[in-house]
Amino acid sequence: MENREALLELKDVKTYFQVQKGTLKAVNGVDLTIYRGETVGLVGESGCGKSTLGKTIMRLYKPNDGQVLYQGRDIWSYRGKEKKAYAKNVQMIFQDPYACLDPLCVVSDIIAEGLKIHKMCSGAQLEQRVEELLNMVGLGKEHASRFPHEFSGGQRQRIGIARALSLEPQLIVCDEPISALDVSIQAQVVNLLKKLQREMGLSYLFITHDLSMVRQISNRIAVMYLGSLVEIADSEDIYLKNYHPYTKALLSAIPIANPEAERSRKRILLSGDVPSPVNLPKGCNFCQRCSKATERCRTEKPVLREVEKGHMVACHLV
Amino acid sequence: MSEELAKKEWENSFAEDAFEPLPEDEKNGEKIVRKNTSYWKDVWRNFKKNKAAMVSLVLMAVMVLFVLIGPEISGYNYYSNDYSAVNQGPSTEHWFGTDNLGRDLWTRVWAGGRVSLLIAILATLIPEAIGMIVGGISGYIGGKVDMIIMRIIDVLMGIPSLIYMILLMVVLGSGNIWTLIIAMSITGWMGSARSTRGLVLQLKSREFVTASETLGASPAWIITRRLIPNTLGIRVVGITMSLPSAIFYEAFLSYIGLGVTPPTPSWGQLIKAAGEVFRYYPYQFIIPCLCVAVTMLCFNLIGDGLRDALDPKLRS
Amino acid sequence: MEDKKILEVKDLVVSFDTFQGAVQAVRGVSWYLKEKETVAIVGESGCGKTVSIQTVIGLNPRKNGSVKGGQALFEGKNLLDLTEKEMRDYQGNELSIIFQDPFTFLNPTMTVGQQIMEPYLQHNKVSKQEAREKALEILKMISLPNPEENMKRYPHQLSGGMRQRIMIAMALICNPKILFADEPTTALDVTIQAQIMELMNSLKDKINTSIVLITHDMGVVANMAERIYVMYAGEIVEHGDVDTIFNHPRHPYTWGLLGSVPRLDKKIQEDLYSIPGTPPDLISPPAGCAFAARCKYACKICKTQKPPRIDFEEKEHYANCWLNHPEYIRRNGVVRREGGYDGE
Repeated sequence: MENREALLELKDVKTYFQVQKGTLKAVNGVDLTIYRGETVGLVGESGCGKSTLGKTIMRLYKPNDGQVLYQGRDIWSYRGKEKKAYAKNVQMIFQDPYACLDPLCVVSDIIAEGLKIHKMCSGAQLEQRVEELLNMVGLGKEHASRFPHEFSGGQRQRIGIARALSLEPQLIVCDEPISALDVSIQAQVVNLLKKLQREMGLSYLFITHDLSMVRQISNRIAVMYLGSLVEIADSEDIYLKNYHPYTKALLSAIPIANPEAERSRKRILLSGDVPSPVNLPKGCNFCQRCSKATERCRTEKPVLREVEKGHMVACHLV
Repeated sequence: MSEELAKKEWENSFAEDAFEPLPEDEKNGEKIVRKNTSYWKDVWRNFKKNKAAMVSLVLMAVMVLFVLIGPEISGYNYYSNDYSAVNQGPSTEHWFGTDNLGRDLWTRVWAGGRVSLLIAILATLIPEAIGMIVGGISGYIGGKVDMIIMRIIDVLMGIPSLIYMILLMVVLGSGNIWTLIIAMSITGWMGSARSTRGLVLQLKSREFVTASETLGASPAWIITRRLIPNTLGIRVVGITMSLPSAIFYEAFLSYIGLGVTPPTPSWGQLIKAAGEVFRYYPYQFIIPCLCVAVTMLCFNLIGDGLRDALDPKLRS
Repeated sequence: MEDKKILEVKDLVVSFDTFQGAVQAVRGVSWYLKEKETVAIVGESGCGKTVSIQTVIGLNPRKNGSVKGGQALFEGKNLLDLTEKEMRDYQGNELSIIFQDPFTFLNPTMTVGQQIMEPYLQHNKVSKQEAREKALEILKMISLPNPEENMKRYPHQLSGGMRQRIMIAMALICNPKILFADEPTTALDVTIQAQIMELMNSLKDKINTSIVLITHDMGVVANMAERIYVMYAGEIVEHGDVDTIFNHPRHPYTWGLLGSVPRLDKKIQEDLYSIPGTPPDLISPPAGCAFAARCKYACKICKTQKPPRIDFEEKEHYANCWLNHPEYIRRNGVVRREGGYDGE
């Protein structure tokens, strides 16, 4: 595992937005590396900046500071055709299966869009490739001439996956791909993504708020809170030995599908809501909701440091 | 006892292979049973429910038919004078009568319809297309481009369009169908641009547009293939609704003498000529007026029907 | 008196007419609710669970004739016979509902205080002052921080979790006998979901309300429900109390549902169990078992003949599946749960 090839590196990435009340620090200094062939789960609650980070990687937002390196090159140093070529390497799957497909296009047009943009194939070859992609995600030729609204949520999400696969990317940013789906369909999509990873050697950045599902697919998990990462660890590790109080609370909040376990369980209930990313606290971002916060937590920002091999935590108390 | 009986019954009532596994190919859990419907098919289905709009559509089709074949079947042409038959009322000889130069009015009305409808359609579609492209660029690119385009539109819309339409007609030289269309196009695109821009602003944050961006699509690709087609559904109402006003403008400009020049007839031209003799020969005036009125009403009702058919809240 | 049924739905049939034909959303569903009890109706989206409770509470307009049959008995009265006007006396009063998305439900132009007071003023002859006090009392009960201050705010000034609390407060202010909760936590973050679940569980003791919970999240069900109805394609396929359903499920769909939930208390499985395919389109429901097309154990009979209801030894546990039919067992032996879900 030592000589893994870093596919994508984030170096102190900061993405800010100007809003009425001031600067919204959606992503506030994130360092993360995604290696070839692995899946990194990025977990956090709504508003923590995880989707903004995903879009920053997609070149949809330009970071205010820091670098996004793809295979060692800053993606914002691309010129001309390189920008377009980046799309062939990094693709995205979206959250809302209802909004991510153009309602006026039939499925074959949706899947073929990327192929047409990059002029990868045409005519009968294009048709064949679309069918191939449909088969890959468990759909068939008979679905090609249908419109998106005729499909169920899970089927639409699979069409979205086929579209992302059409360019044969190295990395797929999955932005909450399963949160709008039913549980049984979530498993279908996660299994499909795992199968595709095995077959094509893909890497994923799996963005989600669902800590239980992300464990099924990730090699490593990064927990994000208010624009910064608070804990990164191997996925099995983080469930057994977690250090950050936020990770602990997040894990304890997940309901377990077992009535006996649920009855005997003691939850760490967090008080209050996530503070606004416009006025970040001076010290630790989590200090207002943390039951163990000390004076130091309120005044000094903790940095991410390695507490065990491959296990990083940003907390003064560890 | 009844339980035992029931037991007996089922033992015999099941076929030999009833509990054999169902073959995989008979399962098909991904089948779609509904008929293939597209957005426009849906719209048409809802449109058909609106009686007034459907009647208008049929009426409009009849009008267009007459406009196309009317001049051919009368046996007259629109420019030949016949001083032996001046200002005659409708008869079997001349179905709509004749004018002060003895020209057959049936022929002139439908030939005038050709000119009026051609101007109306082109003078609506051309500025609509310009407006869509400008509005699409303005809304999608945003930033400074958007600001500059919108300020230009603000200024242009501040001037009453009639004033510079007249000015343009004077500069370009009046009397030609094409100068009329060009003048109306130059003055008419701003409304469409504004409305398209508004729709594009809503659409561009939708995920399917972002999806195209991540696939590496260029702005031109996104504007022409994602944004404009999706605004079309809403803009089509505006298009049908602005057709009547184009017909009206043509009639008005012809009436004040800036439209097509005689002997080329148009509905406005015919109304103007007949207006002078309205008291003595009312049929010369009423018939072209009726044509203009019916066409405007039909387009308005069709537009109304389209709006209802396109409204997602009213669609089932 | 604990066992008294306060709501009983019998053979409810609902279908909606579309241009392509009738969508048979609910196809003969029967369920009941006892006093001070939480019942969960579980199923995938589009299985008819939301439609069935909206019909009971009168939110599904009756004028288009979508209710094709059945009864909903509440305190001896059939709610389906009432006119919309008569129904309004029950809505928000004895029967109240909370929705998945509080933001679309709340009025953006009114303060949340006014909105909480509204149902109370509507159903009781009280002064504004009394209503205000009652609203404050409810907000304190559901432990909303700074209730006085928050009552003066507008919905968009509150976070998602707070809005959901406001909606719960609106639903509770008239001391309803039954609270219908339609996916109450689906739109919320996990930490907020935990807060809301805790709150709803505490309600039963505080104000004697029965809860009908609609969800697709088996974790939430395990936490909150006492009895479970599993619904698929407009029909109830299995019923039992929470322990029975989780420990001894008898319907392959229930196995699938349970198997597809990742379990933090278990080791990671290589692949989760997943139910293949998608639910049938209820515009032309299959002749036999609706689940046959996605079922691993489907037999030839499943495709042609509807499975009968078969009762089991556990209290009120039943499932509609041929696998449990004595004739199936006689020929093929007993098939029990499967799908990466080991518990027994």
